[in-house]
Amino acid sequence: MPSLKDLKLRIESVKSTRKITKAMQMVAAAKLRRAQNAAVSARPYSQHMRAVVANLARAAAGAESAPRVLTGTGSDKSHLLIVATAERGLCGSFNSSIVKLARIRARELIADGKTVRMLTIGRKGREQLQREFESRLVGHVDLSGMKSIEYRRIKEVAADILNSYDQGEFDQATLFYSRFKTVITQIPTAMQLIPIPVGEEDDDESAGGVFYEFEPDEQELLIELLPRAITNQVYSALLENAASEQGARMSAMDNATRNAGEMIDKLTIVYNRSRQAAITKELIEIISGAEAL
Amino acid sequence: MTMQFDLVSPERSLASVKANAVDIPGTEGDMTAMPQHAALMTSLRPGIVRAVSDDTEIKVVVTGGFVEVTGENVTVLAEEAYSVDEVTDEVIEKLEAKAEAALDGKEGSSLDIAERRLAETKALRGLLGR
Repeated sequence: MPSLKDLKLRIESVKSTRKITKAMQMVAAAKLRRAQNAAVSARPYSQHMRAVVANLARAAAGAESAPRVLTGTGSDKSHLLIVATAERGLCGSFNSSIVKLARIRARELIADGKTVRMLTIGRKGREQLQREFESRLVGHVDLSGMKSIEYRRIKEVAADILNSYDQGEFDQATLFYSRFKTVITQIPTAMQLIPIPVGEEDDDESAGGVFYEFEPDEQELLIELLPRAITNQVYSALLENAASEQGARMSAMDNATRNAGEMIDKLTIVYNRSRQAAITKELIEIISGAEAL
Repeated sequence: MTMQFDLVSPERSLASVKANAVDIPGTEGDMTAMPQHAALMTSLRPGIVRAVSDDTEIKVVVTGGFVEVTGENVTVLAEEAYSVDEVTDEVIEKLEAKAEAALDGKEGSSLDIAERRLAETKALRGLLGR
């Protein structure tokens, strides 16, 4: 049985933990609102971008000179896995669920005898992957010191990825991130980045035999458009990721605050009981002492 | 008769309205898209996109990007976009500095392109009447 003093200290310490988790929850809630706005206002652009790329790709399909970013290298021997996570922890299973998805994919690919390289965005993912895939990590993008996701910075990241693709360092790139669905649901997602997947599903809407005139011609437009489409994919994925991170942190901290509250209640009961027990014991001692006289 | 006009940049959506006509600064020349225009896609040069409807006029400065025109829609995917009231001298200076920085390390045809962009960016001042 811990002494009264120990119990009291324990309760105090849990109380201050609760204060911290409560504060973190509120900070996350404020940041979430901003991140969510950013993610939502970036969506129209990526939707339009996707539609435009699909249209162009259809027009350019079959042409021999179609860019490789669209057609692929014709092999799938070597893969680049881009794992986007957060810079900070204390956000529930946010980081580990993304890493888990990437790890499973990496193991599958390695078992199939493919070459796997990894690029990490965000410190947490790197730390978790380092143990198993140390030799395969080819690069790291540091997001710390960036208050919000900056398009300009992401442009450089995407340009690097495209550059190494052009140099034939990999055949396929997949981006792992967490899609923001609601504050409490984030879906770890694997998205194929290169070659650009050309969806067939929106055929009924936009195709319908619309032939575009291109100015300048298709090829030139594609060369300009595709890097931007890739950049935008990475950018919007990171925005979603940022919103997911804050959402995950908020609910994790909410849980922690609630757990701390429960613990305080329990400890308080134990504390009161042992205080009462001590009082009763003293009373008995006094009474029996008086009787003995 | 109107068409749907959308102007979006990676960060945000700047306009989504019905318009009667849209002036577009294309890389190969200026054009005005009106309802029932033939389907067209073009890249943009630095300039001003102007959308006119019955009672309003929207002017947005863009630094580049793409436009998709169909009979019913005009969608501008701008690289960077500022509505005209947001464009201060400071913004213009920043854009010019960026276009100049892009000249570094370029050669051949990509240098030509970068130089043309710089000239077009500089021309923005005149278009805005500053």
